[in-house]
Amino acid sequence: MAELSLGAVSARPQQSYARRAVKRFFKRKLAVTGFVLLVAMALIVIVGPMLSPYAYDDQDFNVIGSPAPMSPEHWLGSDELGRDALTRLIYGGRISLCVGLAGAVLATIVGVLVGAVSGFYRGWTDAILMRLTDVMMSIPTLPMILLLSGLFRPGPVILVAIVGALIWMGTARLVRSQFLVLREREFVEAARALGAGNMRLMFRHILPNAIGPITVAATLAVGSAIMLESALSFLGFGIQPPVPTWGNLLNSASSWLSTAPWLAIPPGLCILVTVLAVNFVGDGLRDAMEPKE
Amino acid sequence: MTFAYVFKRLLGTIPLLLGISLILFAIVHFAPGGPLDVYADNPSVSKEALEQIAKAYGLDQPAYIQYFLWLKAVIVGNWGYSIRTGRPVLTEILLRLRPTFELGGLALLFSLVVAIPLGILSATRRGSKLDGALTLASFAGISTPVFWLALLLQLLFSVQLGWLPSAGYQSIGDGSLFDRLAHIVMPAAVLSLATIASWSRFIRSGMADVLNQDYIRTAYAKGHGLLGVIMRHALRNAMIPAITVIAVDFGTVISGAVITETVFAWPGIGRLFMESMDGRDYPMLMGLMMMGSVGIIAANLVADLAYAALDPRIRYG
Repeated sequence: MAELSLGAVSARPQQSYARRAVKRFFKRKLAVTGFVLLVAMALIVIVGPMLSPYAYDDQDFNVIGSPAPMSPEHWLGSDELGRDALTRLIYGGRISLCVGLAGAVLATIVGVLVGAVSGFYRGWTDAILMRLTDVMMSIPTLPMILLLSGLFRPGPVILVAIVGALIWMGTARLVRSQFLVLREREFVEAARALGAGNMRLMFRHILPNAIGPITVAATLAVGSAIMLESALSFLGFGIQPPVPTWGNLLNSASSWLSTAPWLAIPPGLCILVTVLAVNFVGDGLRDAMEPKE
Repeated sequence: MTFAYVFKRLLGTIPLLLGISLILFAIVHFAPGGPLDVYADNPSVSKEALEQIAKAYGLDQPAYIQYFLWLKAVIVGNWGYSIRTGRPVLTEILLRLRPTFELGGLALLFSLVVAIPLGILSATRRGSKLDGALTLASFAGISTPVFWLALLLQLLFSVQLGWLPSAGYQSIGDGSLFDRLAHIVMPAAVLSLATIASWSRFIRSGMADVLNQDYIRTAYAKGHGLLGVIMRHALRNAMIPAITVIAVDFGTVISGAVITETVFAWPGIGRLFMESMDGRDYPMLMGLMMMGSVGIIAANLVADLAYAALDPRIRYG
């Protein structure tokens, strides 16, 4: 009987888990929409500044003084210092996307490490790390990042570190729960019997089996990180002008709201579209990687 | 629910509060310049005076002793004095709580009144065009930056249409209910958007699970209509999973309140936080952070207790 069922399995075309997941992902309309939007956004912020005739802090002295409306020279208008709004929007996108991406990567690394150690070793290590996670989850995120930014006046690198340090907790809890289940499985026992050390067990054997939920969490973290950085810059902290980010562009646009509303709409729309696309992709990945049979 | 369970959960919050106080203390203590930095730029404060202040506040002691002194003061309600106004931090915070509670209360009301029907509508018509549209809308809702929505509403209702005041708590010389409602409606709508989007999803999935249960079929068989079944049998059970989410979202609401109150010049504790940021008023910021954290812990505690109280199947221990 065993031979028979083995034969039945091998008769099926060999398809890896990853390939099936990718296939399922691209069958979903929203997920594909999100993916295409993100790729387009990435291309625009990479290529855009090269094509624009202006630098992000170039001033056009013909339109200086107060914000100018859209024109053939300035497609999205210009701000009160005569700087091209479209160029600043695209350049700001570069910064916002980079901070979001880097913050999410950092948060995922921290979350995976904390969750893995916690779920693998259990006991006191687990208790201490999970209390730390609880503490971090009980601190309101935006006020905390404001406080840290006010105290340390961070540059982009430190800012990424702060963002990462404030949003890793969800991933840590998730990874821990995965590790608690997976560490009891036979393949871990087998690897241990073959002499694998703890590090090897955790990162070569258990971690790859938890990669699905981790990918989803990492994707959604990009959205949180972009939103957090934007809110921070909007409130006047974080990355400072003249360097533009979507958040600080909105901050300066808000003082010209009644006279130059065209400056306030594009940066917010970019944040909305990006975060929406990230959430679509995250949702699609969840369905693709954890199929409900 | 037993008294022992409540007591155990209350005890569980103590290490959390200690952890938070330790983190907050460490941030201010090890920040560049330390707490006396504000005086260091002031030419009228001599070096001797600085040392005297340091001694008076125990700042010449080792860090761990300072922490315990500070903790002791926090527990007895002495949260220090605001650098900007010189008044006690706790008094200042309590003065600004009312506008925040009004705003938060109305936003909560909006959220429940909108999210529950939307969730039910989605759940009863799963797979329909309406359900799809609501799913999309909730995705958009959680992805919309709060500050941008606030600006757009100001642009539409204050600048273009002129229907609503763009900011403030009430007009000067006019404290009528109508005037105050006109001021609160936009910030409350902005603050409730994200929670409407997220809660309606959880009510949808909770409701969808419940509607598949046998007892719902029994209720139909007894002759109840759809509305009767939902109101009398399904809603209560469908809300149970959503309650946890409502508590978890409390942190999001705090962050949202800081932004909303700033954009709409709403005189609550969120705006107080931003004013204190601008004035580098660290004792005040510490107090507000502590307050916010206690709020989040309390929301989680209440949710856990409500969860256990509402669902007798949950065993607690």
